[in-house]
Amino acid sequence: MDMILAFTVLGVLLVLGLGALGTAIGFGILGGKFLEGSARQPELAPKLQTSMFLVAGLIDAVTMIGIGIGMWFTFSNPYIATLLTLGG
Amino acid sequence: MAELAGLAETEAHGAAELTVQAYIEHHLSFLTYGKHPDGHWGIAHTPEEAAEMGFWAIHVDTLGWSIFIGAAFLLLFRYIGKNATTDTPGGMQNFVESIFEFVDARVNEGFNHSNRLIAPLALTIFVWIILMNTMDLVPVDWITGLATLIGEHVFGLEHMSFKIVPTTDINITVGMSLSVFALIIYYSIKMKGLGGFLSELAFQPFGKWALPFNLMIEVPTLLAKPVSLGLRLFGNLYAGELLFLLMASLLGIFQLPAHFAWAVFHILVIPLQAFVFMMLTIVYLNAAHETHAH
Repeated sequence: MDMILAFTVLGVLLVLGLGALGTAIGFGILGGKFLEGSARQPELAPKLQTSMFLVAGLIDAVTMIGIGIGMWFTFSNPYIATLLTLGG
Repeated sequence: MAELAGLAETEAHGAAELTVQAYIEHHLSFLTYGKHPDGHWGIAHTPEEAAEMGFWAIHVDTLGWSIFIGAAFLLLFRYIGKNATTDTPGGMQNFVESIFEFVDARVNEGFNHSNRLIAPLALTIFVWIILMNTMDLVPVDWITGLATLIGEHVFGLEHMSFKIVPTTDINITVGMSLSVFALIIYYSIKMKGLGGFLSELAFQPFGKWALPFNLMIEVPTLLAKPVSLGLRLFGNLYAGELLFLLMASLLGIFQLPAHFAWAVFHILVIPLQAFVFMMLTIVYLNAAHETHAH
């Protein structure tokens, strides 16, 4: 039981941490490309900005899914539930 | 083992004390109506009871709020539309018109075929999701606390849970994304024919002798669309709401600046997620209409 809890904690932290890492790098590259592009062609900046926000929402997606799964494991760990139904 | 399970249970709902765990659990549970294990229908009193009701239980609070918000949006826009005047438009008409033009511009950019459903669909998705998401900015305990009080004194339900943000319910977000998926499949088959749709899955991108590999690439791509569409919105809103709850329960008086800071960031997330859902709907439906004219 405590081993399941301990490893769940580590698992959740990995999901959150790696998600944050990937998102941060992704946003950095995205923002950098946007700045480069709008510096080369300032008249396209509004259109590029719209597309940038669209891609930003997409980059966030799997990270947020990971957060959702992490919170699920934190607050109603299915492994604990299985363990309890199997009689501890 | 048994003591640990017992400990977990008493921590979760110790009679008089409200632990952090219990507070968060109370605010994360829905008002569930369904069939209890012994056969009678009713509202679940605890999260465990709600879980035992199974898949077919209804989240009454989510349904109520989403229908109420949708009806409010439709009535408002219809009223503005009916009474629209080019004379001296009022502030509300200007506001509604700017939203309308925004969605219209996006649909014109993203959808290159002829279909009268797409623009109203995009407008509904955009405004409905924004309005549902904005409920997250109402402080957690205001409406929920009021509802719990009403539940106790009027309906006799102790500690009734009541959630006001429908998009934190995965049923709503996945329901919307499955509806969009149904439209994608419908228009794909309507525009390309069933054979055309299936051959697009089977013969792209490698040609017909690589059929297994094509299917292995195309089918997950197709299935990822509704899954990611629904989960993206749910995950963003659930994480936002959970952060508000954690701040409220763990920080004492210092929750106020924390709430403010997170709410300011959340004001970005709210329209962004609605925009992404709308744009992806437009883009997916555009791809569904694509027939390569030979």
